[in-house]
Amino acid sequence: MMRSEPRALQLNDDGQLKHFLTLDGLDKTILTEILDRADSFLTMGEQSVKKVPLLRGRTVVNLFFENSTRTRTTFELAAKRLSADVINLNIETSATSKGESLLDTLQNLEAMQSDMFVVRHSDSGAAHFIAEHCTPNVAIINAGDGRHAHPTQAMLDMLTIRRHKGQFTGLKVAIVGDILHSRVARSQLQALTTLGVEEVRLVGPKTLVPSFFAEMGAQICHDLEAGIQDVDVVIMLRLQKERMKGALLPSESEFYRLYGLTEESLSWAKPDAIVMHPGPINRGVEISSEVADGERSVILNQVTNGIAVRMAVMSMAMSGQLQQVDTAQAGEGEA
Amino acid sequence: MKLIVQNGRLIDPSQNLDATLDLFVENQKIVAIGEAPAGFEDAELVDASGKWVLPGLVDLAVALREPGQTQKGSIASEGRAAVAGGVTTLVCPPDTSPIVDTPAVAALIQDKADEAGMANVFPTGALTQGLAGEQLSNMVALTEAGCVAVSNGRYEMKNNKVLSRALEYAATHDLLVVFHPEDTSLADGGCAHEGLYSTMHGLTGIPDTAETVALMRDLLLVEKTGVRAHFARLSCAKSVEMIADAKATGLDVTADVALHNILLSDDILNQFDGRFHVRPPLRGEGDRLTLIEGLKQGVISAICSDHQPHEKMAKIAPFAATEPGMANVEVLLPLAMTLLDEGDLDFATLLSCLTSGPAACFGLEAGSLAVGSFADFILFDSTARWYWDSSKRKTKGHNSPYFGDEFIGQVTDTYISGQRIYQLS
Repeated sequence: MMRSEPRALQLNDDGQLKHFLTLDGLDKTILTEILDRADSFLTMGEQSVKKVPLLRGRTVVNLFFENSTRTRTTFELAAKRLSADVINLNIETSATSKGESLLDTLQNLEAMQSDMFVVRHSDSGAAHFIAEHCTPNVAIINAGDGRHAHPTQAMLDMLTIRRHKGQFTGLKVAIVGDILHSRVARSQLQALTTLGVEEVRLVGPKTLVPSFFAEMGAQICHDLEAGIQDVDVVIMLRLQKERMKGALLPSESEFYRLYGLTEESLSWAKPDAIVMHPGPINRGVEISSEVADGERSVILNQVTNGIAVRMAVMSMAMSGQLQQVDTAQAGEGEA
Repeated sequence: MKLIVQNGRLIDPSQNLDATLDLFVENQKIVAIGEAPAGFEDAELVDASGKWVLPGLVDLAVALREPGQTQKGSIASEGRAAVAGGVTTLVCPPDTSPIVDTPAVAALIQDKADEAGMANVFPTGALTQGLAGEQLSNMVALTEAGCVAVSNGRYEMKNNKVLSRALEYAATHDLLVVFHPEDTSLADGGCAHEGLYSTMHGLTGIPDTAETVALMRDLLLVEKTGVRAHFARLSCAKSVEMIADAKATGLDVTADVALHNILLSDDILNQFDGRFHVRPPLRGEGDRLTLIEGLKQGVISAICSDHQPHEKMAKIAPFAATEPGMANVEVLLPLAMTLLDEGDLDFATLLSCLTSGPAACFGLEAGSLAVGSFADFILFDSTARWYWDSSKRKTKGHNSPYFGDEFIGQVTDTYISGQRIYQLS
């Protein structure tokens, strides 16, 4: 049996989300629904009782095969605010280090009758693989797989943009830095083009921004000034230290000089342009402290928005899963 | 023992033959076509009515996995799979465990192949000891022990000086060297063709320059040393051009391509399906079409299965974590014939690339129905519609993306040296 296309794998028979693996194949209606639902959850954090019962009685397992305190914590908070029972598993230091295969690990976790897996893994396609091989009624949420996708991060970025700019139509967005290794950039590019922005520019040296991205609908710029000229949104990406050793860049200082976002370079963007960063920030490598802490920075808003977006996605996927199971059971009953 | 293969449609590109004629076999060899030789009596009759009689296929790349990896395959199991696919002669690579760098291992493989009594098996010997790329192997002893060529596979040579010396030594003794051109540093960490699809899916790419940079170096050293060279599993359009140029300048080089590299391109990566993880990777559509053009023009003269059987768990993982390779030798001919549906190749060219073409690359006495040849032939029902049921497969490998597919055309009988080795049940 051939594996499913991403869209077919993610949606139930009624076109509702049952997994959230990638933005590839998801249309504007679904993305807007995620944003609308996230908007409705945003005010909840300000209330004294920060919970809704949408996932009450459900078990969410955070399966992190790769460390990420920030993402894991926001997923955990999101699940708890939806009233789910949450288990955190750092698989990197447990089962797989004893030689257990990914499939064996999953089968054990399934046997514990979980309802949702939030998965982070260093291999591209890992979440897709898990969705293919899990029992059908477990919802899989991709919390970042290799270089492939980080769809909740992209959606929280979209929520941040919408809340600051009101709409996507007509916007020019620059994503700057290590595009090649960034799952965030890939998902952002898909989200931005689906939601109808006017232009997405990917900015960086050829070693970090290969030409193939142009075929995905982006405009490629190797010069920062041209890249952020008149943009409405500047998204800076984190530069991993190990990239300096891999012959991709000569040095941090040269990268900062050519592609770092400073007060001066930000002046090339529109006066009301916002500055985003998925974090954690390398101050003085991809962004200056003045800009990161400046009035145009919305970096901390992104973190807050992340909880609401994750709540939205988790509740939608759980609902889509349950509907799929109900439909299947009704079908069996009729037979 | 005598045989008369009657009423079959004999197709043999090596003789430009395509006609309904009888075939006469005596003492393991084909002794006549059409008319019986004088005194040809008491022969067993083989009714080939309605079938095609084709030369046995010659496959230059079948990993048997024995010795050392019998959880994936064995000489017996993969030999059975080969004859079921119509392959009567196969060449296996040196990367077994232990490696084929001593005459004893080469002899072991051939002894086990004789014992299994399936396809004719010719091992390739290691070019360097342990394939470590440092110390030359006893390559003359290896060829005396039955190895038909020497190769370092995709294993890295320590440096170009060692490679150059190895080629000089092989040239001294007129040995055939098989190259798998790949610059290991450019390919490092990659699992898919570097292009739009690997970029979209965040898979580490293997650029086509990983192949062409190594190929250019290899061609320059072949020119310098005068060694006989075969370039295996080419995957890029540019490589076809480079081999054509090398041939035009008079270099003694041949080349082959894996069947999956001319059937599939990298758009299949959309499914993140590890069964399509192969090495070299499935390239772009332009590469695929140029490889086919290379076959048409005679630049590439062989298609091989690049049969790489794996146990089930080797492919149950995210794409990059799976082991590369497919196990398709059992359906080599019907699978190759799907190329005809698209009008890419004519049958004579296709069959030539599966029989006399590969035999000529390695100087093997196989792949032809000419009088005087060994009676290695197959009967093929070109109209049979059938499904490849994985539960009835002969290979130990679990890693074919074609299990469950419907094929048109099926090998019904395989004869080696006049003996029926396989019959469809």
